[in-house]
Parts: sequence; C-alpha cells; structure tokens
Amino acid sequence: MWLSSKKQTKKPPNVQPETSLLRLYHRFRALDRNKKGYLSRVDLQQIGALAVNPLGERIIDSFFPDGNLRVDFPGFVRVLAHFRPVDDDDSGMRDPKQPEPLNSRMNKLRFVFQLYDLDRDGKISRHEMLQVLRLMVGVQVTEEQLESITDRTVQEADEDGDGAVSFLEFTKSLEKMDIEQKMSIRILK
Amino acid sequence: MSGRGAAGSGRGLLLALLPALCALPRVRGVEEGPGSAHGHSQGFQVVTFEWLHVQDPYIIALWILVASLAKIGFHLSHKVTSVVPESALLIVLGLVLGGIVWAADHIASFTLTPTVFFFYLLPPIVLDAGYFMPNRLFFGNLGTILLYAVVGTVWNAATTGLSLYGVFLSGLMGDLNVGLLDFLLFGSLIAAVDPVAVLAVFEEVHVNEVLFIIVFGESLLNDAVTVVSGCPEGSGAWHGASLCISRPLATTFPASQRGTRPSPASSVLLPSRQPPVSPAVRPPRRLSALPPGSQSRTPLWAQTPCRPFPSPRREQPSALGLSSGGAARVRQGPWSWDTRPPLLPGSQGGRTLGVVLQTWVLNRYRMVQLEIIDQVVMSYGGLRGAVAFALVVLLDEKKVKERDLFVSTTIIVVFFTVIFQGLTIKPLVQWLKVKRSEHREPKLNEKLHGRAFDHILSAIEDISGQIGHNYLRDKWSNFDRKFLSKILMRRSAQKSRDRILNVFHELNLKDAISYVAEGERRGSLAFIRSPSTDNMVNVDFSTPRPSTVEASVSYLLRENVSAVCLDMQSLEQRRRSIRDTEDMVTHHTLQQYLYKPRQEYKHLYSRHELTPNEDEKQDKEIFHRTMRKRLESFKSAKLGVNPNKKAAKLYKRERAQKRRNSSIPNGILPLESPMNNLTIKEKDLELSDPEEAPDYGAEVGGGIEFLASITQDTTATDSPSGIDNPVFSPDEDLSILSRVPPWLSPGETVVPSQRARVQIPCSPGNFRRLAPFRLSSKSVDSFLQADGPEEQPHATLPESTHM
Repeated sequence: MWLSSKKQTKKPPNVQPETSLLRLYHRFRALDRNKKGYLSRVDLQQIGALAVNPLGERIIDSFFPDGNLRVDFPGFVRVLAHFRPVDDDDSGMRDPKQPEPLNSRMNKLRFVFQLYDLDRDGKISRHEMLQVLRLMVGVQVTEEQLESITDRTVQEADEDGDGAVSFLEFTKSLEKMDIEQKMSIRILK
Repeated sequence: MSGRGAAGSGRGLLLALLPALCALPRVRGVEEGPGSAHGHSQGFQVVTFEWLHVQDPYIIALWILVASLAKIGFHLSHKVTSVVPESALLIVLGLVLGGIVWAADHIASFTLTPTVFFFYLLPPIVLDAGYFMPNRLFFGNLGTILLYAVVGTVWNAATTGLSLYGVFLSGLMGDLNVGLLDFLLFGSLIAAVDPVAVLAVFEEVHVNEVLFIIVFGESLLNDAVTVVSGCPEGSGAWHGASLCISRPLATTFPASQRGTRPSPASSVLLPSRQPPVSPAVRPPRRLSALPPGSQSRTPLWAQTPCRPFPSPRREQPSALGLSSGGAARVRQGPWSWDTRPPLLPGSQGGRTLGVVLQTWVLNRYRMVQLEIIDQVVMSYGGLRGAVAFALVVLLDEKKVKERDLFVSTTIIVVFFTVIFQGLTIKPLVQWLKVKRSEHREPKLNEKLHGRAFDHILSAIEDISGQIGHNYLRDKWSNFDRKFLSKILMRRSAQKSRDRILNVFHELNLKDAISYVAEGERRGSLAFIRSPSTDNMVNVDFSTPRPSTVEASVSYLLRENVSAVCLDMQSLEQRRRSIRDTEDMVTHHTLQQYLYKPRQEYKHLYSRHELTPNEDEKQDKEIFHRTMRKRLESFKSAKLGVNPNKKAAKLYKRERAQKRRNSSIPNGILPLESPMNNLTIKEKDLELSDPEEAPDYGAEVGGGIEFLASITQDTTATDSPSGIDNPVFSPDEDLSILSRVPPWLSPGETVVPSQRARVQIPCSPGNFRRLAPFRLSSKSVDSFLQADGPEEQPHATLPESTHM
C-alpha cells in the first residue's frame, strides 16, 4: 500500500529500496506506542533527543501539515524522503515532465524554507527570521543583538529590498553550500 | 625461600604471591649471603635489617607507589603531557628505573608469573575498564571493529611477514637462519597494535567518538587474533585455534621456570607488572579461574568487557616492558641493522594499505562515513606496544633460531612507534585540520542556515531512528529495564537512570545553588542582572577562543560552512571600516552563541580531566523552552477542544495518580525513556478514568504527563512523599511569568522576556521544581512555602485560573 503511494511521488528507478523502507516502517511502528496505525504529535515528542534540539518542535510540526493531528506512514516517509541522498545519475536521466523527486536540492531547500516560513506566505519575514534565530541562539544574547543580527541576515539575502527573504533569494544565498550533503541521511539511500 | 616466605609475610594478598614466587630463579641465592650477615656484630643488636625477609612485598609496594606517583606527577605538568604522550614518559621512567636497578644489582629481583598477574593485578584493571567502557559506542560500531580487528590484523601480519620474507630472499638481510614461517610469525607478533599508547594519544588529541571507538575496539580484539594466529612458541602459525590457546598455556609455566636463562630481556625485568607470558594466556582472560590447558577458544565478544581501557596501571606494564626491553637492548650483542630498515616501512605501509582497503569496503555499508583524515589517523596511529614485546620474548629459542634478532627488532619497532609516532601524531592531526579548513569567508546566512541544517539533520536522524536506534540494543535495554534492573538495582538508582532526567535534575540543583549564591551576593533588590550591560560584545578579540578550536577532526574537515575559528581571519581582513566591524561583531556573536548541533559538542570524555558542561547548559535551555511551548500548546488545545471540565478531570487524575504513585514506589515506572513512562502512565490513566475517551485523553494527557513524569521523578528522588503536582507547575510557570517577579523594584514594569527569565539563574519555574525538596506531602503546600505570598492566589485549582 505504501509502496504504491511512494511511487507516486518518486520516479520509478528511484524508488526507495525495500530494506530502508522496511526499516522506516519498523521505526514507525516502534514510535506508534498504542498501535494506532498513525503517529500523533505526542508520539514524536516522546523522542527525548528532540526536546533538546532547538528546532525540534518545528520539525515535529512539519510532519503535520495543514493542521492535521495525525500522520500515517506514507506521510511519515514523505517527510523523511526529503533527506535521501541525491544520486548523481538522477539529474541526467530525469524526465522533465515528471515532478521533481523529493530529495532534490530544490525540494530540500523548500523543506527548510517551510520550517522558517510559518505563515506560509512564501517569504521569510524579518519577524520569522528573528524567531528562528531566537530558537537557535543561547540565552546570553540580548534582544538588541538578536535584532541586529536578524537585520544583517535579511539584508544579506534580500535582493529586491522588500525586507523579506523569498524562496529564490533564500536559494541564492545558499548556492555555495553543499546542501545535498548536509541534508542527507545515508540510511535512507 | 619458601619457608621463610610463608612465615614472614602476613599480608593476605602478598602471601598468595609467594608460592608463585617459589618458581623464581635460583639466582636469588646469591643475595642471601650479605643479607644475613648481621649476625656477627658485637653486643646486643637493637636494629636489624632483614632485607630479604621483606624484600618481595616491599619491592612490590614500593613499585606501586612509585608508579602511581609518577602517573600523578606527569599530569601535574599539563604542558608536558600535552606534547609528549604519557606512554613515552612512562617508557622513559621505566628506562631510568631499570637502569638504576640494573646498575645496582645486575640480577633479576623477580619476575612476574602468569598466576600473579592473573589473580592480583588483572582484576582491578578489568573492573576499572568495565565500568568505563563506552558500551553503546562499542556495540554500535561492532561490525566495523570486528572487521578491522580480525581481517585487518591478519592482513597486517601477512603483509609484514611476506614483505620481510621478500627482503630476506633478496639477500639484503644477510645470512640468517630463518624461514618463511618465522617471518610470518614475526609478522603476526608485530601486527598487534597496542591500545594503551594509541588511545592515550587519541584522548589527548580529542578525536571524534567514532574514530576513537574503532581504534579502541580494534586494538581490543586484535590481541586475541594475534595470539591465535601467532602461537608464540612458533609451533605452526595457522593451526586450529584451540591448540593455539592451550599449548601456550601449557608452556607458559615452564617458561616462567626458565626465567633463569641468561637472556638479557628477562633478567632485567623489574619487579613490576610486566606480564612476560600473559599475552599468550590473555584470550581466556575471563576464565582465569579455570585450570590451564582446559581452555577452549573464547569467543571474541566474551573478552570485550575485560579488556582494559587505558588505565593508569595498564600503562605501567607496557612502559616497563618497554623499558626493560630497552635495557635489554643495550646489552644485546649483535646489532644487526639488516632487518630493521625494511621492517618499519613494511609494517607501516602494510597497515596503511589495509586500513584504506577496509575503509573503502566499510564505507559502502556504514552510515557515518570514515573520512580520509580518519583513515590517516588510524593508520598512523598504529603504535606497537608491550604486547608485541611480550610475545616476542616468549618465543622459544629452540624453535626460532634468530630469536634475539627478533627481540631486538621488536624493541626498536616499539620504541620508534611509540616515541616518534606518539609524539608526532598530535601535531599531525592538528596540522591536517588546519590545512583543510575553509578559507572562504562564510556569509552570515550560510552560517546561520548551516547550523540550522545541522540541527534539522540531527532531529531527522533521531526521528528516523538512525543513530539512536538499534533493534538489538533496544531489546537488550528493554530486557535490562524489565528484569535485570529490578533485580540488581535499588529503586532509587533505577529512578535516576534516564539521562535527560538526570541532566535536568542536576541542573536544577545547580540552579538552586547558584540562585542562592546570587541572591546572597547581590542582595535581593538588585537581583536581576541587566542583560544588556553584562553581555556587550566587547569581547577581547586578541585572544583566540579555545572553544572553537576543539571538536573532531573529520567533522571539522567535513564541514565547510559553520566553520572553525576563523574569526581571527575575519578580524584581520576587515579591520578597517565600521560596517565591517559590525559585521565582524555579528559573526563573532553568532559563532559564539549559536547552539551547537549534536555532532559538534559531543566529544570524548577524558579520564584525566573534567570536561566543561556546556552542552548540558545548552540542553537545559532548549529543554525548558521546548517544554514551555508544549505546555502552552497543550493548554490551548485543552481549552479549545474541551472546557474546564477536562482540566479538572486531568487534574484529579493527576492527583489520584500521584497519590497512587506515592504509595507505589516509582521504581516500577520504567524510566529509561520518556516513551515508556508515557505508556505506563497512560495505562494508569485508563484505569482510573475508563469513561474518558482514551484517544484524546492519551493525546492531550500525553504531553502533560511527559512533563509530569519528569517533574515527578526528579523531585521524587529527593522526597519520596512530597511529589510535585505537575499540573500545577506549568500553570504556575505561565501565570507567574506574566507577573513581575517580586524582587524587581517597582519602577521596572517591563515584563522580562522569556529569555530574560531564563537568564535569571533560577527562573521561577525552575525554582518551583526545586521546592518540594524539603516539604510536606501536599504538593500545594510545598508551593506555598516555597514562593511566599504571591503563590496564594494560585493555590486554587487550575480551572479557576485559566487564562
């Protein structure tokens, strides 16, 4: 069942091999304590290490798009699929009409962008950037410092001067970074 | 000798030593003459020196004392230990002492037999190692370790032996009475990488965990492989394993009897823990109680818990072995240089090649890749130690004709690797890192987002269960938790096993202490620190910050954005303009204050010094923040979906549960992970409120109970009766936080931001959790007493104070 839904979002030669899918399924089952068949926020919050991750809450939220309260296995895998390592031979053979695979560079960046852009307006406003910064920085940094850092960050990335970072600007500011490597987990290969 | 020994020594431990010492060389008889020469003095003898009488225990005790003092002494001088690896220092010490003894006495005082070593010296080492072995890391990387240990060692042995044989065949070595088998044997001896020296160096260099554990595990297990493949008495290198183990055992005792032979190596052995024969018997280490010869091949995994982690005492034997070897070499007759030149590059080259090949294979299967730098470090870290020396000393002269040659060669190899490679590995690692660092100036965006990526990746790894999840380990820990812990641990110890809770608890304690100290220091009115004045970024740029130079070798090299301390560079390049100053300040601030992702701050513990607890502080801050947010969302969920009735029900449930819990010891509640906590609590929930829709109740209750379990358990460890009512504390948190703390002077009406609240060394929420330390079983009372008057309005039930 889930394999077929997986195929819809991936091009056929790139289907996740059985073993890692199976592993993810076991993980899903392990997380789903009450054997409900889906995961709720609480199940994800029980992972202790997420509580000490500054972006933990946001990542959990990303599993529940559009205000859902539950995520089933295909949804679970869909989010994790963003983190598959990128195969080099993909880009050559790809059929341009098919949707881009989830683990492409653009889609990885889009995933992160959505973590920042909470109101889904397609831009990271200064306020949203400030919030993210506040999450990631220790408590010794004062409010003024944070604001100035935010200003500079937005300024660096912003090209059209609207005071917010759109997705394209975001992508452009990170063009030198090796996203494919930084945002991949080998086990999902 | 034996009679005197039995009568004289009253000490239990050493009494048992003496029968073993009965096997000592008869050469001692020489000393008996002068020792008993006091008899013929005139008059009444007030004081006699019965040296021989107390000699053995005395020397042992003195030896232990000297070794311990030396060890401590080395670490007093931090400058020295940071440059020179400790094993090298110990070798020097051993050489000095060996020289003294040898110069004074020219005879062996005594040698150490396997029995002595096994029964008296090994158990403390083993236990010490067992406590400190990093289990999780080890078993997580077990496949890699086994590959390196078994295949790698065999490969090393083969290449060394074969290359030497090749050189021999080409005639460069001159005329020697050796065959291929001897070379192979020698190769297998020399292939044993000694863990002590390597790991001491690694500890100092602070390599990343994976590299450390691989090297550690490899050296752990390769001794066994060496012995099995080597069969020290040279009776056929590749026989069946059981023969190889039992035969050395059968021959070791006779070998110890033969300690009188004039072989220089054994004669200079100090009264130390140098195990001349024990490597051969090392594999069945754990079964030391069994009679020799009845051993069968111990599976490698059984040896694991026993293998000594580099402990202080462990290093002594190797060092002393080396030192004695050094002294032995001094005496050695033939200084044949023929074997040595090919050996060193041969063995090192073989090792490097082996490492590279195996890593290539492993990287196809491993999650965390082993980088080039790791490989370089691994192959360069192939130091040989006392194991090799001990094994070569064991060689039977009759079977291996050129034994002395091998011995001297081994000594040279060992010395070279330990001293030269040990000294240079640290600068090498640092140099490699610096050379590969990123010269491009990272932009602010990149730095920030790069860090965000790291956090995201760690989170996804945790969710997908990659690094933290191992089925076997889970099963084992479940078993452990359900059965073993209940049998073997006290209840209070069981409670405090969850790591996060532990951290939380300790941090609360620290908060309490610092809260009180802060209050005393400042007086109550000036309590709150002004955030802005204290934290101006007037950091002294002239001193490089050490904190950014740490962390793993390969991680730093792998990472090219959120980079290492190049703020000095940014400083120099952009000194001129003001805007650039601001830029620099911003960079600096970010660099300093951004939370570190998990890979970066988790580096190796050190047994010699305490590492600072920065990661715990970071954990604590993030943890507080997360919990607070979750509670807010739960509260809003509670409000949104269900009216106060729900809250009242929850509250009642909590109290009932709490009451029940206070009678049922918390030990029943599994604490290993919050997940398990939750399950049990949900079951309890369902028992008490069957009419509750389990679905929603579980969901909403879950998060609060998570917090409940935390606060409950941490406080419960201190006061079994007084349990914090968890539903209160979050409410108290939020409602209190919206009010002005009492110690703020009335003029300051600014509500401190969330961050400022946490900045107070003990925010009200924290302190609240500490309150039940001292107090009654009624949780409400504890709050009242803890926080004084402003608590009164909140003593009522939460439903009335819902916002």
